Amino acid sequence: MSTRLANGGRLLNKSRQMKFSFNGKQLRGFEGDTIASALLANDQMLIGRSFKYHRPRGVVASGAEEPNGLVGMGEGERFEPNQRVTTTELFDGLTASSQNHWPSLEFDVGVVNSKLSRFLPAGFYYKTFMYPRAFWKHVYEPIIRQSAGLGKAPKQRDPDQYEHFYAFTDVLVIGGGVAGLTAALAAAQTGAKVMLIEQTAHWGGRAPVDGGTVDGQPVDTFVDEIVSRLKAMENVTLRNRTMGAGVYDHGYVLGYERVGDHTPGATGPRHRLWRIRAAQIVTATGAIERPLSFAGNDIPGVMLASAVRDYAVDYGVSVGDRTVVVTNNDDAYRTAITLKNMGLDVPVILDARVTTQDSPLIAEAKALGIAVMMGHAISSVKGGKRVTGVAVCGQAGEGAVLKEIACDAVAMSGGWSPVVHLWSHCGGKLIWDETTAAFRPNVDKAPTGADGEGFVLPAGAANGALRLDDVLTDAHAMGRAAAKATGHTAKDATAPQGTSPDEAPMMPVWMMPQGASYAKRSKAWLDYQNDVKVSDVQLAAREGFESVEHAKRYTTLGMATDQGKLSNINGLAILSGELNQPIPQTGTTTFRPPYTPISMASIAGEARDERFQPLRRTPMYDWHAENGAYWEPVGAWRRPYTYQRTGETIEQAVSREVKATRASLGLLDASTLGKLLVKGPDAGKFLDMLYTNMMSTLKPGRCRYGLMCNENGFLMDDGVVARIDDDTFLCHTTTGGAESIHGHMEEWLQTEWWDWDVYVANLTEEYAQIAVVGPKARETLAKLTTDDISGEALPFMAWTDITLGGMPARAYRISFSGELSYEIAVKASDGRALWDALLAAGAEFNATAYGTEALHIMRAEKGFIMIGDETDGTVIPQDLGLDWAISKKKEDYLGKRAQARSHMTDPKRWKLVGLETLDGSVLPDGAYCTAEGENANGQRNVQGRVTSTYHSPTLERGIAFGLVLNGPDRMGEVLDFPKVDGTVIKAKIVDMIFFDREGEKQNV
Amino acid sequence: MSNTVSALNGARATGFAEVREMGLYGMITLRGDLSGKKLIDAAKSAGGTNVPEKGHITLSGAHGIAWMSPDELLILTPYDEVDARLDGITEKLAGTHHLAVNVSDARAIFAVSGKDALVREALSKLCPVNFSADAFAHGQFRRTRMAQVPAAVWLPQPGEARVICFRSVAQYAFDLLKGATAEGGEVGYLA
Repeated sequence: MSTRLANGGRLLNKSRQMKFSFNGKQLRGFEGDTIASALLANDQMLIGRSFKYHRPRGVVASGAEEPNGLVGMGEGERFEPNQRVTTTELFDGLTASSQNHWPSLEFDVGVVNSKLSRFLPAGFYYKTFMYPRAFWKHVYEPIIRQSAGLGKAPKQRDPDQYEHFYAFTDVLVIGGGVAGLTAALAAAQTGAKVMLIEQTAHWGGRAPVDGGTVDGQPVDTFVDEIVSRLKAMENVTLRNRTMGAGVYDHGYVLGYERVGDHTPGATGPRHRLWRIRAAQIVTATGAIERPLSFAGNDIPGVMLASAVRDYAVDYGVSVGDRTVVVTNNDDAYRTAITLKNMGLDVPVILDARVTTQDSPLIAEAKALGIAVMMGHAISSVKGGKRVTGVAVCGQAGEGAVLKEIACDAVAMSGGWSPVVHLWSHCGGKLIWDETTAAFRPNVDKAPTGADGEGFVLPAGAANGALRLDDVLTDAHAMGRAAAKATGHTAKDATAPQGTSPDEAPMMPVWMMPQGASYAKRSKAWLDYQNDVKVSDVQLAAREGFESVEHAKRYTTLGMATDQGKLSNINGLAILSGELNQPIPQTGTTTFRPPYTPISMASIAGEARDERFQPLRRTPMYDWHAENGAYWEPVGAWRRPYTYQRTGETIEQAVSREVKATRASLGLLDASTLGKLLVKGPDAGKFLDMLYTNMMSTLKPGRCRYGLMCNENGFLMDDGVVARIDDDTFLCHTTTGGAESIHGHMEEWLQTEWWDWDVYVANLTEEYAQIAVVGPKARETLAKLTTDDISGEALPFMAWTDITLGGMPARAYRISFSGELSYEIAVKASDGRALWDALLAAGAEFNATAYGTEALHIMRAEKGFIMIGDETDGTVIPQDLGLDWAISKKKEDYLGKRAQARSHMTDPKRWKLVGLETLDGSVLPDGAYCTAEGENANGQRNVQGRVTSTYHSPTLERGIAFGLVLNGPDRMGEVLDFPKVDGTVIKAKIVDMIFFDREGEKQNV
Repeated sequence: MSNTVSALNGARATGFAEVREMGLYGMITLRGDLSGKKLIDAAKSAGGTNVPEKGHITLSGAHGIAWMSPDELLILTPYDEVDARLDGITEKLAGTHHLAVNVSDARAIFAVSGKDALVREALSKLCPVNFSADAFAHGQFRRTRMAQVPAAVWLPQPGEARVICFRSVAQYAFDLLKGATAEGGEVGYLA
């Protein structure tokens, strides 16, 4: 029976009872309980089934290292799998359910795997399910996935809020036990800015449970005092329920704060991810007790000795009435003494060591009347869903049973391992400590920062100092050292003096008994969470998985949510034994962040729903949205692809827009086009270098279309350049090129032509720009202005400043559609007003807003190229027949030299032509046209491909552009374009200008 | 023009601090040799204050000058004074290589108001900047990143912050600030 005791429970508020449920069973606990302590208080020992064999499992530990106690928590939108019962605080109304069982926790069909365990050894899935091959995907894998696995994925949207927070500090101390508190105080006394974070809701760690005194006072009194001293200091921040999740380069640390886990539904964020920049980091992360590897060490009721002690002292819970203690060190005696003093029975302490004289703790246990059997061990644990007894044997032998002792709990201790995870995340090295049989930080090989100096210091138990007096001395020194490294000299201050009894040396015990038979080894668990036994690691070693990283992947030792916090050292000790090499030679697997799993939502932070991604809106965005815009993402912008009216398909809407524009009047929101102001005495020279054609000869008041190439000669952008005055040009870029071309210009000006007098400003968002397009364009504008916009005053490729609808505006007479067309720029703040004014003035001409698809179709009908369609980063202007836009007179421009390379001048480069299908259908985008024969890979030879393809509403048939071998020389030839359905479309090579070849429409 | 509107037309949200889009606000980008006497004079007269040091802003009522980069200043002025002030700069810098241009409509500007520490905390949720009082004083000016967009931030007086971003992402920036100031989200770190 595990039950609540009358006494004890220092973390509980017994005046506040809380109701919760486990697998539908209504249970009660107290404020301050974890789910684990509350379940144990209700005699709920069985908590889950194991991953592979579905063995019954109970709680092993009392903290973050717990491998078994994972439950699904909450319901509906607040359901969350894999919540660790030992670290989850109880709250009123909590619901939890066990995982990985079917049909029920008490009766699990999957337990048959346990009977088949000899057929499911390490790496069984690599060996067993090889043939027939197709079975893996369709038969084996689904079955294995059904029977294995941890929690279920949540199905509903998470209703809670999450956020990030950027914090900056001199010294960050991770871990709020006595070491962390002492280090924080030592650092803070120098005046350094100190932040102390602790993963649990309590300060002081486990020291108050372990006893001893500090400066003559009980440990919990010391903790209370130092916490209140720290709280009173202005330069100190204390943060509990905040775990140091990871240490990264340059003193960057992720802290995971569980703000509202214990108060579900409260306002405010549930989790907060702290993104901390610390000049120095102190890892005071404590140590974790190791299990012992004996047969049946996974039966519910077998727990870490320290956990048994924690439940008794912290939560007033006894795991059993009769607890057998098994150990290789003195610390477990504290558990026996604690239990005995609380009136519980400890029939025996089985100590694998044989010591010559009793240490103070051994003597104290004996004085309490507890039997101590030196040199003895557990041969096997009796029981199924819970412990009923132990069979005792000598540690030295093979496990011959000397006697059986009835008990309902076993408290085991295999020694302590410093928590070196955070030290190691960023490259801190470890050394093997023979006396504690554990890896601890090698302080001479700390993670180093940009200056080559270490930025992490380990303190207390995390640094291998396991006894209270050593912990405090070390932590004080490390706190001072960290502050000093940040330039805060330590004033005189003395470390708190701890006293704790001397302890006899521990003895490494990796297998119990040391000569355990195969049968025992295959029931001795190393990794509870992944069902890895001593025999599995030994098998892996024999099969050649000698590297610890390979052995981990092969056996799954140390994987999943607990990342081997209990199993790592035991596992690699077994591996080392099998390989007959010292443990440090085997080494550890890599410690990677996070220390324990953190929520995905905390990583996303605020980036969800409307804040998921910035969405760029033009000033006319709301009008588009209200008028049926079918959106197209263009970078972060949303542009209307078309405006769909009731009853229209997308194609019908596009067709209507094209026809209305060509017939009368169309309006396009062109605000997203890049607008870069280039100014200075050298502006003309600068643009001559950037564009392939000549810009310096452009007259003020006039516009010129230009092409921009990169140094490799490939086309990267195009657009219309307007000369504003002698010194000033306005360069229009593509929508996607606005930021990149701005950066491109700045880069050349800052790195190469730094002595040229040119400044650039990105005015893309300063102006709303509206294209007024169609035969009625001039008439419409004339209704809104008294300025002269006649063909003589404002000819094609000119611009002028006018007042339009009362607004200052700049009218560019340019055309991307082949129609009479003006692009009107006004201040963005006037954009919506102008849009509305144009719609009103154009109403009599059936003014029709059109989207990007109509824009694309009209430009294709006129033979205009589009960056990103006709170009893909491998196309030069000459491929597109744009030789007319490449100045022959200029000495140089970016890309000129590259375009003279042999491959660029190769006559076999595919060249752009128009394509007209014989049957009037639309060619698939990207389709290849085939040539005779096959290439070296047995693929059909090709001689060209489609770059743009549309249904032209104007011509009522498919039109396309394609890059074709010798294309311009093959006018009239018919090419084959196979489709993916096996049929072939025949298309004729034609001129690229499909509509109004003479340009009569735009030149009115 | 009565139809001239800022990106969010003065939107507001109130949580533990208040977020307010400040409407139309005049801004002029001035690029040039910041050590040149003529440019300093032109900036002073347009901005109504002294030219700030690197990383700072100088303010005088609705006017001010912010340091944007080693060759760029941002002149702040009431929206309806922009043209006149631009003309003034052009006149004073005639013959001197520079660039002065109106960027008022390319931007959105927000005020975050409340208890000083809470205003700083709200910004600390979004920008990788040390906004603690000892690291970021009134008068400092910082171009940074606010979640996923560029932003510039300064604190004109205790309990007040100003954030400038591009106009097209004004709604996103407003949603960010609204979320960062939501009730119950006080951090208690900079307080």
